[in-house]
Amino acid sequence: MDLLLAAIPQILQPHMLITIFVGVAAGLLIGSLPGLTATMALAVLLPFTFNMDALQGLAALGAIYMGTIYGGAFTAILINTPGTPSSIATTFDGYPMAKQGRALEAISAATIASVIGGLVGVTALLVLAPPLARLAVTFGPAEMFWVAVLGLTLIASLSSDSLLKGALGGCIGLMLGTIGVSPVGGETRFTFGIPAMQGGVSLIVALIGLFVIPEILSMAARGRAALTAPADMSLERFNFLPVLRKVISKPVNIIRSCVIGQIVAIIPGAGGNITSLVAYNESRRASKDPESYGKGNVDGLVASESSNNVMVAGSMIPLLTLGIPGAPPDAVILGVLMLHGLRPGIELFTESGVLTNGFILSMGLAALMMLPVGLLGGRLVYRSILKTPHYFLIPTILIVTILGTYALRNNVTDVLIMLGMGVAGYFLRIIGIYAAPIVLGLILGTIAEQGYTQTILGGMADAVPQLRLLDNVLSQILFALVILALISTLLPRWLGRKRGTTGPGTPPPGNE
Amino acid sequence: MTNNTTTRIVAGLAAGAAATALGVGAAAADFPDRPIDYVIPFDPGGESDVTARMQEPHLEEMLGVSVNVSHQPGGGGAVAWSEFQGNAEPDGHEIIGINIPHIVGQPLQRDDAGYETDGFEIVTWFHFTPNTLIVPADSPYESVDDLVEFAQENPQALTIGGSGTYSGNHLEVLRMEEVADIDVTYIPFTGTGPLPAAILGGHVGALMTNSMLGVQMEGEIRTLAVASEERVPALPDVPTFKELGYDIVGGTYRGIAVPEGTPQDRIDRLREAFSEVNQIIGEEQEPLGFIMTDYGGDEAWEIVDQVFNNYAPFLEGADD
Repeated sequence: MDLLLAAIPQILQPHMLITIFVGVAAGLLIGSLPGLTATMALAVLLPFTFNMDALQGLAALGAIYMGTIYGGAFTAILINTPGTPSSIATTFDGYPMAKQGRALEAISAATIASVIGGLVGVTALLVLAPPLARLAVTFGPAEMFWVAVLGLTLIASLSSDSLLKGALGGCIGLMLGTIGVSPVGGETRFTFGIPAMQGGVSLIVALIGLFVIPEILSMAARGRAALTAPADMSLERFNFLPVLRKVISKPVNIIRSCVIGQIVAIIPGAGGNITSLVAYNESRRASKDPESYGKGNVDGLVASESSNNVMVAGSMIPLLTLGIPGAPPDAVILGVLMLHGLRPGIELFTESGVLTNGFILSMGLAALMMLPVGLLGGRLVYRSILKTPHYFLIPTILIVTILGTYALRNNVTDVLIMLGMGVAGYFLRIIGIYAAPIVLGLILGTIAEQGYTQTILGGMADAVPQLRLLDNVLSQILFALVILALISTLLPRWLGRKRGTTGPGTPPPGNE
Repeated sequence: MTNNTTTRIVAGLAAGAAATALGVGAAAADFPDRPIDYVIPFDPGGESDVTARMQEPHLEEMLGVSVNVSHQPGGGGAVAWSEFQGNAEPDGHEIIGINIPHIVGQPLQRDDAGYETDGFEIVTWFHFTPNTLIVPADSPYESVDDLVEFAQENPQALTIGGSGTYSGNHLEVLRMEEVADIDVTYIPFTGTGPLPAAILGGHVGALMTNSMLGVQMEGEIRTLAVASEERVPALPDVPTFKELGYDIVGGTYRGIAVPEGTPQDRIDRLREAFSEVNQIIGEEQEPLGFIMTDYGGDEAWEIVDQVFNNYAPFLEGADD
């Protein structure tokens, strides 16, 4: 506590406040560009922190991280393109809202949810770090396998119009995930002899290809941008307070999303890519009106954005206490700690406690600064997208997208894969196979494969190695959750079919 | 000893530089005349990246041009290495991080690695991290002998985690199986990142990892042995495998390469800069568990051959 109090004056100095402000703004800008991820933002901006002292440098990077994850929501809402993988679920309801002329409402809601999420993560990091760190290491290979399978059940609820097409999309994703060097065994698979394919299909490349390209192709086909201006612009002018009331009038939704965000954040290897998806799905399942999700329900948006911003500070728990990066950007932060000669561990909270607490507090401050920066910046981005004619907007997005894809790994093959997947994604979308299940399969397939093979390897000396998958309580709980998730989504559908009615088909989220 | 070697090398370099100055004086003086691209074939945040970040400002000072570090991860480094051998200009302004055993193992084990081990000009191997055998602090194994004894009585039951397949960690486990006549189960993880969780959560019985983790996790784990010739400065109480009677020496060398055909005087200039940088950043790196080295020219290739001889039997069988 003394350490915490000692850290406060250090944070509240003018140069620190400016650093955090600039960090959030820079992060927001980068995060809103498709292809530029939080990991890359941190890596690119890292050299600027070399001349700063340890606290200022860490505060800058924490602010950039926070800003990037939040910035991903802008493009998700305005052009149906997750700026970072963490905001995939934000597109599901954010984009329909924008199409209904409620873009500013969506941005405000995303901002409020992100600020709340960011603050929750910081609080958890300050208060609960040691016990949650223990929880992080209990997730072994078997548990990771079940977490991934649980994630895959999401496909069932994302594809309520046709389970078959959803499953097909998921399978395409699973297959894409097998390209490259296998996680266990080390052989190269499906590279067709092309050395550059050893790197596999990067998630970001798939994300850009499957979300952005089909969107701009259909924009071009329609001959106009998808956004509609609200009939009465004055209605949009001061929408902050009503939205705030709307968001906090559903505290259960926010609390649930934040708890999910925090738990997923500390699981090494899962990270923000799936926090928002899981939170979105749970929000939808718990809702009295699940049919409205995917059609512009603000609750879905809030679930996604609050959970992914919990992750920013939340994933630092295993990082700072055990040296385990909870999400990919954390690896960069770990590198920075090493550069400053700081060793993760409990000493970080005691011996270097002032520094560590200062860093944590600075992330809280960064979360608060998202409010003004986001509301102003969001309005600006919204206006410019709305006012730009589609014949300027489409090529601009395309060029930014191509640059972003290339910058990802400095690899031309990635650009070609991205464009190829984009064109394929456009036609798949026409026949009803959407981007979300494909991306889900790609993310989770690799995790599931690795978890499964590692578990089986661990049981090599047993008679039936497969039993290791259900060896302990946590994996049994997760297995039960998988069964529960399947029953709760599939049973109503089957019952509906038995009664001879096809049930009210919801269009899957994130599409026309 | 390190100091002596370095002095000798620097002296040699100075003589060499003087000699070349007479012949191609202009070329050496002009280099480098534009920013240097330093490619890291791995994700940001790993050891290669952290090291490059430490080197960057000092290199800029010594070479008088800016040094741009960029990342091109994928395929365990192979994507960047094949791209580099195919496209990089051999003028010394494009340099890439290289690792042993990766650049030896991948071309042997994959048909489509896309690059050749001897398709590089190695500038220098600037540091070494020996493989390190780690068990949890509450593990029943107090020594390597305890662990070997258990493994002999219970084939395949002992699990040893490490980073990657046919990586330095994996090959060392294979070598240990041969030297100690045991049969264990190696479980590969993606990078070093997940390894602390694997050992603290009891998901593996032991880890074969790099020496940094031994330093980083001190207190929570017990380091049984390191696979270096001499003890690691940051882990003075940990015996080497050799001291314990196991002929196991190996780990990861990190270094710098340029494309084939790069003029020798430019390679020398780069090596000189990296040697001097090593002196400075060594003070920060050695406490983290690194062993600073400076092997260029023929010495660099001797290291490659040594690794090749140690591990080729395992790697050539890898296709099956």
